[in-house]
Amino acid sequence: MSGSFRTGIGGRIRRERTVRFRFDGVTYAGVEGDTLASALLANGVHLMGRSFKYHRPRGVLGAGADEPNALVEVIRDAGRTVPNLRATQVELYNGLEARSQNRWPSLAFDVGAINNLMAPFIPAGFYYKTFMWPRKAWDALYEPVIRAAAGLGHAPTDPDPDSYLNRYAHCEVLVVGAGPTGLSAALTAARGGGRVMLVDEQCEPGGSLLSEPDVRIDGLSTRDWIARTVAELNANPRVTILSRATAFGYFAHNMIAVNERLSEHQADPVPGAPRERLWQIRAGEVVIAAGAHERPLVFPDNDRPGILLAGAARTYLNRYGVLPGRRVVIATGHDEAYRTAIDLSRAGVEVAVIADLRPRPTGPLVELARALGLPIRTGCAITGSKGGRRVTSARLSAILGAGKLGPPDEIACDAVLMSGGYTPSVHLFSQSRGKLRWDEALSAFLPDVSAERERSAGACRGVFSLEAALADGATAGAAAAGVAPPTPLRTTAVDAEPAGVIGAVPHDRGPGARAFVDWQNDVTSKDLKLAVREGFQSVEHVKRYTTNGMATDQGKTSNINALGVLADELKRPVEKIGLTTFRMPYTPVTFGVLAGMARGDLFDPVRTTPIHGWAVDQGAVFEDVSLWKRARYFPQGGEDMEAAVRRECVAVRNACGIFDASTLGKIEVVGRDAAEFMNRFYINAWTKLGIGRCRYGVLCREDGFVMDDGVVGRIAADRFHVTTTTGGAPRVLNMMEDYLQTEWPELDVWFTSTTEEWAVIALQGPKARDILAGLVEGIDLSQEALPHMALTEGQICGVPTRLFRVSFSGELGFEINVPASHGRRVWEAVWAAGQPHGLTAYGTETMHVLRAEKGFIIVGQETDGTATPDDVGLAWAVGKAKPDYVGKRSLARPSMSAPDRKQLVGLLTESPETVLQEGAQIVASLGLKAPMPVIGHVTSSYYSAVLGRSIALAMVSGGRAKMGETLYSPAGSGDVPVKVVGPVFYDPEGARLNV
Amino acid sequence: MLLITCPYCGPRPEIEFAHGGEAHIARPQDPSSLGVEDWTEFLYMRANPKGVHAERWRHLHGCARFFNALRDTTTDQFVATYKTGEPRPDLTAVTA
Ligand SMILES: [Zn+2]
Repeated sequence: MSGSFRTGIGGRIRRERTVRFRFDGVTYAGVEGDTLASALLANGVHLMGRSFKYHRPRGVLGAGADEPNALVEVIRDAGRTVPNLRATQVELYNGLEARSQNRWPSLAFDVGAINNLMAPFIPAGFYYKTFMWPRKAWDALYEPVIRAAAGLGHAPTDPDPDSYLNRYAHCEVLVVGAGPTGLSAALTAARGGGRVMLVDEQCEPGGSLLSEPDVRIDGLSTRDWIARTVAELNANPRVTILSRATAFGYFAHNMIAVNERLSEHQADPVPGAPRERLWQIRAGEVVIAAGAHERPLVFPDNDRPGILLAGAARTYLNRYGVLPGRRVVIATGHDEAYRTAIDLSRAGVEVAVIADLRPRPTGPLVELARALGLPIRTGCAITGSKGGRRVTSARLSAILGAGKLGPPDEIACDAVLMSGGYTPSVHLFSQSRGKLRWDEALSAFLPDVSAERERSAGACRGVFSLEAALADGATAGAAAAGVAPPTPLRTTAVDAEPAGVIGAVPHDRGPGARAFVDWQNDVTSKDLKLAVREGFQSVEHVKRYTTNGMATDQGKTSNINALGVLADELKRPVEKIGLTTFRMPYTPVTFGVLAGMARGDLFDPVRTTPIHGWAVDQGAVFEDVSLWKRARYFPQGGEDMEAAVRRECVAVRNACGIFDASTLGKIEVVGRDAAEFMNRFYINAWTKLGIGRCRYGVLCREDGFVMDDGVVGRIAADRFHVTTTTGGAPRVLNMMEDYLQTEWPELDVWFTSTTEEWAVIALQGPKARDILAGLVEGIDLSQEALPHMALTEGQICGVPTRLFRVSFSGELGFEINVPASHGRRVWEAVWAAGQPHGLTAYGTETMHVLRAEKGFIIVGQETDGTATPDDVGLAWAVGKAKPDYVGKRSLARPSMSAPDRKQLVGLLTESPETVLQEGAQIVASLGLKAPMPVIGHVTSSYYSAVLGRSIALAMVSGGRAKMGETLYSPAGSGDVPVKVVGPVFYDPEGARLNV
Repeated sequence: MLLITCPYCGPRPEIEFAHGGEAHIARPQDPSSLGVEDWTEFLYMRANPKGVHAERWRHLHGCARFFNALRDTTTDQFVATYKTGEPRPDLTAVTA
């Protein structure tokens, strides 16, 4: 296409400011104020993409958020490639680089277009019907081919280098949409004195008025009225206007999510400046002024480049100064298209014909067109088109009634502009869970019953006339702000008849013709009818089967026409068919803006212990345990984990190890009724626990299953130092509060989370007492004064300590609790004092091996939420004389003591070097074929250096009665025989503890 | 995101709260005296109504208190929130 389609005057562009850009590798010139779509049209380029399924050449259809065809990728660099952008919403900037989608190798020649020729074989549900069997073909054939040929654009290859912000805001009134209705609503609402926010997706306020240069409002041009209104709003410090800000989600209790694009439109964004901002706005009242979307006509070959919506063509002309063509055919069932015909004709475009489906259109716009001498054919259907990369002719047929059409007439043209009328944009209202009603006169679903404090105004509730919409907005804004509505404004606008047409245009083209309903997902009226013939009745099912309305455009142009086709085929009225649910986002949003600051190190909080820095200095390898960073092992001289863990284990057993246990959850339980609470809460008996003594506590849920465990020390008659698992502290505290607040409020007790108050240094090994001896003051470390499971308070290195004589390794052990701020200093003092004794730092991996050698369970590893205390060998911990505790009644159920319950056992492989896989299944006999009866699973499995062989813990059905039996663990290399033994592998008498 | 009115602190966003299941299910005074049916009823059976539901919330990242709420499960609108131990509000009185 040669020559410029830019008009000489008019529009909201700056013709003198040329903007250069590239589309599919070709350099073009546009002007400031253009979108990518308007700039391409100005260059005579209509072909902007290929369709999703058939790869048919497609031109731009609309001029805004509803665009289903002209989807592009905008590329700044490898980390800043944004796919699926609507060219109609991409603001042009110097150097913009864009690429069309769904085409390979090029837009003009596309291999995937073979799908188009195969279209008769790709009906609705084709993928469901065809790519089902054999299963293997999915991985090897179907999926790779489908993915290469389909798909919407490409994800960026590099990590997103940009930053995104998140902001909460509150206001009395939020107005969504800054068209005439929204501006009017905001202006009125602001007079109420409250905080008003006005958000709009476009680059400037005005909405449809930006395409209406000739109308006068309150005596002003639209340009001046917008300027005056915005100036008044901006002068009010309580008003916030956001442009390039899309309200994309309506959440419960008037929480609206808005995506504000800060730098997408800039040629050279300031380095480091944020790219987008997510607003989460909590509004007292919401006014939805979202406008309406023009409906295409569903006729055969309605998807050629050069066929676009009549209203969009008018926007290109009036806002961007671009002609959609030089000789156009207008095909319509609605008055608005006459406005386009009139404006284009005045701009020098030849209007070849206005083909109106309606037999007797009337009204001022029709009369005006007649007066201008534009050729009008009434009762006339468009039944086809010709052309490749650009439409070259339209096929028109007279509607004779009774399904009959007259002989076709071919009209040469370079653009077809169509309109079926306008569909109110009820997306946000529907997202707010408001109920819609069908309005037969408007052929539209309109907002009916609100679910939130919200009201729709203007075109989005079927009020299409400009003067009425301005008044409707003012009324809504006044009601939202609790003020009286102002005097209505007068305009010079000529109104259109609101009614239009829905569904498919009649045609005589036979069953092969394809009339598109959903451009983005390539769904035709034939596909919808096929779905009905195959038995689909529900609109939700038809939607999923045909994918109509399921593309990123959310069916903005297709939903109502699809309903019209379905209503015809099902012989049911539209309101009986119902509308599918609208979901957020209204238009696609980036993952970046949803993630906001929660990326990388800020994705989750990182918790580190007071001793963390020391472990880093020592070259520890860390692992994540809940939010904590824990030292997993301390490699020396190029050791791998296995070597380091063997060395650490042996050091603990033979000399002493030091371990950072600060992450243990800690809760201080204090009060006159502390012991009574503990008695009711934990399964153990607590009233007789002496002051200065500890007990291993087990906590069950009310259903009797183990939830947490940990050592509990009694500091005083009314004070317990409770420890929990590292990950379990919050849920244990929550459960304590739950029982105290809601079941036993009469108890005088309170709980304080002290996890981060204490640094905990575990000193484990035969030399532990020797190392500690020189560091403590006022503490007798002897076996008599401080036996296993005792605690004392005193001083270490000059700071107060709670010193526990406890062991999770089976060795003589202490856990030194000191205030967190002193943790590292005390640790380093202990470390120094221990060097002559061979003190070795160890991590969580060694801790796990040591405890497994002793058969100590880890909650969440041996237990899985279905293990009772008895299942894991903890029946001894139960305070049997207690009348009640959490879980007691459930544990009394017969099934909780069934002999075939999975029970904790040890497993030894025949070969001492074979280490079982954790999670591996256990079966009773050799050579079973899948599916085989499984009787248990391996819960912990390690190589034990001190024992010189592998060990494993397992939960096995009736395991305690199977001691000495041989069972099997099926592995890839064959069944591994294992012998069932007790779960304590090392020092079963506990001799090493009591020294 | 819901806006929840803590009876102690006032309206706060949902992220400060934790849901606590159905309200007004008191733990029996002497669980061991209950038969299997009654204990099962207490432990597992919940109303799960379509409509107004009495449920527990905890203002976890605020005052840390448990309280009760009447919420319409079809609309997510809160009808009332009230302190633990107080009786379920009589809706006929609320709407009158
Ligand atoms: Zn509170």
